[in-house]
Amino acid sequence: MRFDFALVESRLPEIFHALGVTLFMWIIGLIGASALGFLVAVARRFGPRSLSAALGVYVELFRGTPFLIQLFILYFGGPYVGLSLEAIPAGLVGLSVYGAAYFSEIFRAGFEAVPIGHVEAGECVGLNRVQIVRRILLPEMAMLVLPAGVNMAIILMKETAVMSVITVPELTLTISAIGTEFYAFVESLFLLALFYWGLVEICGWLGQVTERRFSRFRLVEA
Amino acid sequence: MTPAIFALLVEAAFKTLAISLLSIVIGFLIGMGVSAARLSTRFWIALPARIFVSFFRGVPLLVQLLLIYNLLPAIGINVPSIVAAVVGLSLCTAAYQAENLRGGFASVPRGLLEAADMVGLSPSQQLIRIRAPIAFRLTLPSLVNEAILILKASSLVSVVGVIELTRMAQDLDTSLYKPIQLYAAAGLLYFIINRMIAALGTLAERRYAWGRS
Repeated sequence: MRFDFALVESRLPEIFHALGVTLFMWIIGLIGASALGFLVAVARRFGPRSLSAALGVYVELFRGTPFLIQLFILYFGGPYVGLSLEAIPAGLVGLSVYGAAYFSEIFRAGFEAVPIGHVEAGECVGLNRVQIVRRILLPEMAMLVLPAGVNMAIILMKETAVMSVITVPELTLTISAIGTEFYAFVESLFLLALFYWGLVEICGWLGQVTERRFSRFRLVEA
Repeated sequence: MTPAIFALLVEAAFKTLAISLLSIVIGFLIGMGVSAARLSTRFWIALPARIFVSFFRGVPLLVQLLLIYNLLPAIGINVPSIVAAVVGLSLCTAAYQAENLRGGFASVPRGLLEAADMVGLSPSQQLIRIRAPIAFRLTLPSLVNEAILILKASSLVSVVGVIELTRMAQDLDTSLYKPIQLYAAAGLLYFIINRMIAALGTLAERRYAWGRS
């Protein structure tokens, strides 16, 4: 086996473009998934019972089936029901709807975990409702939700690789195509693995830094 | 969708289940070794284990599968694609299970080990009779969770040409042009298997619950 990264080097501009596509799919998908997940969690908590039950079925179905199958239904099945999406929009919609099912559970747990006593304490010292939400509920929830949220963000980053199967021109599709062209699969796939490994490590590190910042107020009592 | 088509999907679902369970078992065995290595005080044993865990948790499974599928022939090991798929899934789940087991062993109450010392159990007896059973009970929920994750992740081995549930639905779609029905049926089968694994897990957890002996 020859191991020759120079083969891949000549295609660096293309690779960086694909890296951009991966990051774009990930960040937009992440925003879509967390926003939609938040709405689902709020609707399940405060909405009418029938809506809550229907959303419960959505969450269970999307958490119980593979992302690849969901993408196939959307991308290959969509046109049969009048929903023709290009690969990139299909990937974004797919990732958002898939991730939202998990994010809604994370937010639901967050809602339930803020002790009611903290809110009552806020009322006792004379905070108004806006202050209670802004200074007690949101910071406490953010701290409780953040570790699971960062974990989910990393999972979604890795799921973007699956989009290569529906021809989204992201890192996995681009680099394996280059591998096929030069007949250098192993080199290109190693490079690909390194890209993701680096991205995931950076994301995990950023998560740790943010978690420390968000939980700083806890140190006051110590 | 005719019953004959559905029967093909069900048959493929059994293959998916077999691949997943085999990978979970092999992954558990590798994971035990890796978690033991990670707990070692000698850094040249602990460091490779750390890198193993970080790599297989940090790289998408699809990329791992493609890498193993292409790497094995390149270093002169020619195996059918299903073997490459099981190797890939096993290594990936091993990394996650190693972390779970590490957490389980770390959570064994110190008092129990002190008590074991007091009654004169040797270190190996402590491992076999106290630490391992308790760690296993503590990690059972995450093991069930991991089995469900691997079952879903096994859909990716369709990409390296293993004819399991996802690939069967794909292949049928190329001649039937019924993607919604086929993929929905496949999704339903994944869902049902997941539910069965979860139900078995609940039963096992009730039987081996920590605190009940």
